Amino acid sequence: MITVLLIMLSGILTGFAINRFPLAIKINDRLISWAIYVLLFLLGISVGLNKTIIQNLDKIGMQALIITVGAISGSVLALWILYRVLFREEQNKGGRDEK
Amino acid sequence: MKNSLIILAFFVAGLVLGISKNLPDLMMQSDFSLYALYILMFLVGIGIGVDRKSWSILRTMKIKIILIPMGVIVGTFAGTALASIFIPDLKLKEVLAVGAGFGYYSLSSLFITQLSGETLGVIALLSNILREIFTLLATPTLVLYFGKLAGIASGGATSMDTTLPVITRYSGKEWSIIAVFSGVILTILVPFLVTFILNYF
Repeated sequence: MITVLLIMLSGILTGFAINRFPLAIKINDRLISWAIYVLLFLLGISVGLNKTIIQNLDKIGMQALIITVGAISGSVLALWILYRVLFREEQNKGGRDEK
Repeated sequence: MKNSLIILAFFVAGLVLGISKNLPDLMMQSDFSLYALYILMFLVGIGIGVDRKSWSILRTMKIKIILIPMGVIVGTFAGTALASIFIPDLKLKEVLAVGAGFGYYSLSSLFITQLSGETLGVIALLSNILREIFTLLATPTLVLYFGKLAGIASGGATSMDTTLPVITRYSGKEWSIIAVFSGVILTILVPFLVTFILNYF
């Protein structure tokens, strides 16, 4: 997987080099969308061929949901603390007047 | 949201084809998904490199702002670690890796598939799509109870694009640059964190 990360870094450098060309940026966005479509289509196929996954889809879905609930509540609580400690003061100084 | 539906449609189309086994032999033994992932990562890299707006935001930000994506990372890991107690079938590092998608379901699911197999890849896909959908639906409520950063927290990596409109709408315009910043940082970190967790934990 180090290969993949190096490939991404070389992409970033290429991106620096071509960031003056709006057309290149547009084409790149399109290509990313299509690369994602193709890859998820392929993932769909291999999952469809995989009996174990198909037979356990309800269980897998439940596990996914539990992870999501954990991830979201954890981050929301962490940023709630951060907000109360660091950011709310500044907001109020900024003169909000909704309340 | 429209984009997620298209992506999901491609995945489901592949799924149906796979289940029906109506495939040419070449597809049945396809191993070119790794090369397709290489191409995708190169393109994603270019996308990050050409994004001048994000880079200039980075330069003008106060140090304090970096605490926001850090908070999302710490919170996500703490929350998913807790969640792993309820999922005896998965190892702690597998649950953490799924969480480290931060809602960036396309990339994280493909990465995890390569590193850990299809089952965990599908869990990553579903879990991270759910994160995006939940953020779109719940941000208005979350912001009421947990402060202006709640949408950014819930959105994770998606707060730079798909969930940005709803965050801007309910937290206020002054938070949208911060949302983009946090989303960009998390998006860049997804492949690194996922690889790190699955390989070295």
